[in-house]
Amino acid sequence: MLNLNDILETINMIRQENLDIRTITMGISLLDCADSDIDVSCEKVYNKIVRCAGKLVKTGEDIEAEYGIPIINKRISVTPVSMLVAVSGGDPVKYAHALQRAADTVGVNFIGGYSALVQKGFSAGDVELIKSIPRALSETTNICSSVNIGSTKAGINMDAVKLMGEIVKESAILTADRDCIGPAKLVVFCNAPEDNPFMAGAFHGVGEPDCVIHVGVSGPGVVYAALKKCYGDLGAVAETIKRTAFKITRVGQLVGSEAARRLGVPFGIVDLSLAPTPAVGDSVARILEEIGLGVCGTHGTTAALAMLNDAVKKGGVMACNSVGGLSGAFIPVSEDEGMIAAARSGDLKIEKLEAMTAVCSVGLDMVVIPGDTPAEVISAIIADEAAIGMVNSKTTAVRVIPAIGKKAGEELNFGGLLGEGPIMDVNLSASPKKFIDRGGRIPAPMQSLKN
Amino acid sequence: MKKTVISVMGKDTVGITARVSAACAEYNVNIIDITQSVLQDMFVMVMLTDISGLNCNFKDFSEKMQALGSAMNLEIHVMHEDIFNSMHRI
Repeated sequence: MLNLNDILETINMIRQENLDIRTITMGISLLDCADSDIDVSCEKVYNKIVRCAGKLVKTGEDIEAEYGIPIINKRISVTPVSMLVAVSGGDPVKYAHALQRAADTVGVNFIGGYSALVQKGFSAGDVELIKSIPRALSETTNICSSVNIGSTKAGINMDAVKLMGEIVKESAILTADRDCIGPAKLVVFCNAPEDNPFMAGAFHGVGEPDCVIHVGVSGPGVVYAALKKCYGDLGAVAETIKRTAFKITRVGQLVGSEAARRLGVPFGIVDLSLAPTPAVGDSVARILEEIGLGVCGTHGTTAALAMLNDAVKKGGVMACNSVGGLSGAFIPVSEDEGMIAAARSGDLKIEKLEAMTAVCSVGLDMVVIPGDTPAEVISAIIADEAAIGMVNSKTTAVRVIPAIGKKAGEELNFGGLLGEGPIMDVNLSASPKKFIDRGGRIPAPMQSLKN
Repeated sequence: MKKTVISVMGKDTVGITARVSAACAEYNVNIIDITQSVLQDMFVMVMLTDISGLNCNFKDFSEKMQALGSAMNLEIHVMHEDIFNSMHRI
């Protein structure tokens, strides 16, 4: 018989501490949908997604009811659409509409993969797709886009960095009437993982199987509650986080393998992430404060976060068969109640966030910046983040939202899991325009020479 | 055998076990094991049950048990056994 305390602990985690499965994401390859006629290609894309993912939402809901654990999101990631554009040519936004139609039919809340991988240069379809991103994000509601502009192996494509600064800004301008929601669905990556189940950066890599299930777990609230009862030194804190992460991740493994079995597709990976929500009691920032920081963003934040991130991985890695995706603590400002508070009070600044991204996943995430920030400054922010990722052989990303027509002190509200956030100060004292305009490529670092 | 854990929590009153067991019988759910205790005024009971003979679908059963819980001012959850096994056993 099961232990009574164990059962109560599990129920308490789910009911009181916001333990949930953040997402079941089905990865679907669209390589066999490419056709030289873009309309035929779009139709094939729609049909394949509906065929593969028709039962995804229902299966998720069944598992949710049977196991009593909430599964917040059911999502789909697809092959980077630039590869289809390479074959078909034509207006890439047609694919965005086909994906939107598929999302509406199967009932998922996001499809990710309106993407291009250009870390070493542009190939056919890449520039066309990137330039269409602002329109695609403005004309659809449930499509996410990402662009990989650098990697440890390839260096950083600075032409793409320059372009992405402009694209982020344009996306915000086109959606200015909707709280600039466009760039909230757009991630600029360095070292993008091909099996990431989390939006907005999810896409289905070409090395993946035809159809696969990935799972992203959550649980900052559970870690926070466990640390509230921990009075030991930092070794004890790390141990508590590890034990908690193990339990959280085991649930992810269970749900993922069950979903894969019922859908008849292979189970890919569990993403060991602490994914916060704007709900009170589900915040990564509050964990850092519980560890002992007066406020998230003060000195010591990077060290505490490094320990948290490491302990989450150590606890989670034994709990599942295969680990992948982003796997680390997320620090999206507008999606984390404690981060929002720290940004509002001015204690959390972009410079500190940048340092934090060196020791956790993923990057400058959901950061609202002034609407008049020049495109070259956004490019420079992207370049800085990409450099951190490139040199440290880790994934970094930038998802900043220029608040068009708004100034410091004002806020944007995206609603739902995307949350809300105050505009954070950006250093505009001197322009990086000359650096960005040089273009070209930052060569791959010594760290790339591992063979 | 399809094992499910029914957990019942709330203020102790007369007849909790009787009514929850009666509901199990009504839906043809076989009780394999029961653990219960009362801490101060809090009643906690965990039943391990076999639902392979369930005479309605799982979702309905789960909702009926939850409704029974709210009628008696208790919290009742019906969850597959595996979630506890996977979390607490290696």
